[in-house]
Amino acid sequence: MEAMRVNDVTPNDLPWKIRYDASRCTLCGSCVAACSFRAIEPKVERRRLVWSESDYPEPKQRFSAVPVIRQARSIQNYCRGCGICEKICPNDAIKPERNPDTRHPIITRCLGGDSIKRGGRKNLESNTRTLDKIRVGRISQMTDPSLDAQRHTFDMLAPFGRILSPKQLPFQVDENGKLKTVGQSPPVRWIYPVIIGDMSIGALSWRMWEAVAMATAYLNEECGLPVRMCSGEGGMPLRLLKSRYLKYSILQIASGHFGWNRIVKAMPHMVEDPAGVLIKIGQGAKPGDGGLLMAQKVAEHIQAIRGVPKADLLSPPNHQGLYSIEESVQKMFLSFNAAFKFRVPVAIKVAASATSVSVFNNLVRDPYNIVGGFFLDGIDGGTGAAHEVSLDHTGHPIVSKLRDCYLAAVAQGRQGQIPLWAAGGLGKTGDLAADAFKMMCLGANGVFTGKLILQMAGCVGNDMGRCNACNTGLCPVGITTQEPQLAHRLDPEKAAQNIVNYFLAMDQEFKKLMAPIGNSSLPVGRSDALVATDKAAAERLQIQYVC
Amino acid sequence: MCRIGAIKSRNYIHPSQALLLMQSQQKGHDNSGFAMVMHDLGGIFEGYKHLPTLSMACTDEGLKIAEDILHAAGFQRVLQWVPETENRPGLDIIAMPNYVFETFDYPRPYKKASKEEKEELLLDIRLTLRALEEDEKGFVYSFWPDVVTLKEIGDPRDIGTYFKLWEPDDNFTARVITAQCRQNTNYDIVRYAAHPFFLQGYTALANGENTFYLKNVEMQRELHRGYIGFESDSQCFLYSLHYVHRELKWPLIYYKHVITPLSFEDIEMRDDREQLLAIRQSLAHLEINGPNTIIGVLPDNSLFTCCDAKKLRPVVVGRTEDTVVVSSEVCGINEILPGRNWETDIYPDEREIVFIGDNLEVQRWKQ
Repeated sequence: MEAMRVNDVTPNDLPWKIRYDASRCTLCGSCVAACSFRAIEPKVERRRLVWSESDYPEPKQRFSAVPVIRQARSIQNYCRGCGICEKICPNDAIKPERNPDTRHPIITRCLGGDSIKRGGRKNLESNTRTLDKIRVGRISQMTDPSLDAQRHTFDMLAPFGRILSPKQLPFQVDENGKLKTVGQSPPVRWIYPVIIGDMSIGALSWRMWEAVAMATAYLNEECGLPVRMCSGEGGMPLRLLKSRYLKYSILQIASGHFGWNRIVKAMPHMVEDPAGVLIKIGQGAKPGDGGLLMAQKVAEHIQAIRGVPKADLLSPPNHQGLYSIEESVQKMFLSFNAAFKFRVPVAIKVAASATSVSVFNNLVRDPYNIVGGFFLDGIDGGTGAAHEVSLDHTGHPIVSKLRDCYLAAVAQGRQGQIPLWAAGGLGKTGDLAADAFKMMCLGANGVFTGKLILQMAGCVGNDMGRCNACNTGLCPVGITTQEPQLAHRLDPEKAAQNIVNYFLAMDQEFKKLMAPIGNSSLPVGRSDALVATDKAAAERLQIQYVC
Repeated sequence: MCRIGAIKSRNYIHPSQALLLMQSQQKGHDNSGFAMVMHDLGGIFEGYKHLPTLSMACTDEGLKIAEDILHAAGFQRVLQWVPETENRPGLDIIAMPNYVFETFDYPRPYKKASKEEKEELLLDIRLTLRALEEDEKGFVYSFWPDVVTLKEIGDPRDIGTYFKLWEPDDNFTARVITAQCRQNTNYDIVRYAAHPFFLQGYTALANGENTFYLKNVEMQRELHRGYIGFESDSQCFLYSLHYVHRELKWPLIYYKHVITPLSFEDIEMRDDREQLLAIRQSLAHLEINGPNTIIGVLPDNSLFTCCDAKKLRPVVVGRTEDTVVVSSEVCGINEILPGRNWETDIYPDEREIVFIGDNLEVQRWKQ
């Protein structure tokens, strides 16, 4: 008998255990071939069969070599619980099972000497989400009638761009008693109140990114919903930059400035302005940290778009040279406004933080009127890659912070001047319309969502540690990988169709929420329409407590 | 529900006409109050059109405090009119001890002041006087030249009897009278809270419910020092009217564009889309929602009405040669203009302002 070595990794140490039924297995090999993590492998086991055929024990035995499937015992190739093996097995012979006794967080650090990195979003769920303790509780009845979601018309657009106070509008009354414009105003675009959040072409497979772009174009051109998608850091394919579809895209610049060289070079060839520019300062999933694209995902086309070699691409935590908010406003925003000759709104994305209100106040009081949106990203936001400690333990919930920013604007009579866009776990339960609607009542002009879009396309990851392997480049459903054979698992057309259908369903649901409160335009700031079943949340958000 | 009405005439008319106008719509309101604002005054006030008149309901103490404030500010009383009241037993009215209509001359330093300076002074004084509301010593409804206001809690019929408003006379008349029957129901009963509301020459009253009340209030609070109270969502309509027309100095049609903006789709088809979009953006928080009909009076005594964007509340405009009446229900107009040609009645739609200028020409402005 071998001596037991307690520090060897065994399936019991790992977050998922493979449950394998050799009696059902036909040894087709599909599961092993499909497991992108190489977390299962074929193995030959020595088996002993003992039997007796006489009336009293007369044991006979036979040894045989049996092919089986075995779970890899490694902290590199461990099972992520994605369930692809189960999906592909024709005989229900194999599936992953969550291991409540996992020692993974400890042994990974012990063996690797490095922090744990993963994708996904916060995996520490301690209690019910705040948004689920809030209901739309002010129902129009009798003298103030509800509207009819099917028959009435609704005006559901949100502003993206800097909005002037009424007294700043460059208007004069002409001789016919009409207002005429006698000066410049910042550009403002009215768009669908749900933006497809910034997921880069490096984080996503080219097929997934294409699916998102396709869905966006279809929603605009066929469904009449002016949905915008944000490129994420890292630029866009040149062909798209030069196409008329650019008008549906918000270009992002983040601290790594990846892809901007190509964008700037494409400017003379652009036939449309982009929908906007989003300067990413921070991200809810990993506040205080820059983007992270592991070398294994930096495929050839990513190298071309970003102009980089195959290496880990780490955006710095800060924009280099950014000394203060004032500097950001004056230099950065001004230069990007100027780049597109003040025709394209420029917005900022920051991680929600205890200090968000100060940042927002600084921007809303800026005298240049060049910050066209405040994108606030909460702790529940998703990411392609981050340190687990950041994902789980840093950040700030979005709901109260968004409310704080709105109320700060109200206190100054500046609500709406810098549109507020919120994200971070919205739609986490699958119901984005309800979450978005409640956030609007609390003061958001709109919301943005990333993780949910991936889930529409087929992402199997969840917030209980399932999969979350976006950082590895081994996405089992072809969404966050650059491996051709994995990317081809995703059917871009089917993914696009799912996204389109989800938006159409959500659009219906928005109407179903607006009609009962009797509103035909978005109820931004209508906190009186909400009630909370939690006293602390009600008090914090300044809405009515009900029980 | 509220019922609202307005009369504008070439001739001076007595408030009994307003009571009649509202009385026939009695089934539509709840007999909980009556309020009216009279512009372009006749009778005893006719000779004092250029001087501000204080309209106030108060206790004895409140009256003294108010007069002290006005005297300290240098105002000199030139006319006082206290309506004769008849406090018969059984009348449904919760009356204040005193109803005072006093006209004042401006303080000496203001004798040569500009119109704007005087108007700001009048507002400041009225805001000071409104402090009396705190312990219900008094309610100052208006302090403005050529305008008087009366508001009371109770059955409009009995309120009329109490103030002897059912008996027409030539002393207490005006060319424009707006009236509403009902106390506030959304919030507590507050004497001040019955519309019409008045601010710096503007009067507004509304039949409806503004579901963007909170948005309006949060915005308006920071827009102007005179935007206070908010005891009723109808004040929001007045403040937006005042803001658009007086503060921004935009023509009245833009009031409609602010409170019930065209849909984005419709704006795109307009030549003036740039302006309309900018208005919708910058004044998004003054948009109204829910069912509403608004009647407004401007400082030049012109009268208008408009509705919410889905026309969920009715209003009718009827007219004769010398009188135009706006009313929630046509029965009110039938009462006071029985001989008119009802075929020329106007039932305004959701995208227009019906405007009645000083020559009584009725104009329909498409939004």
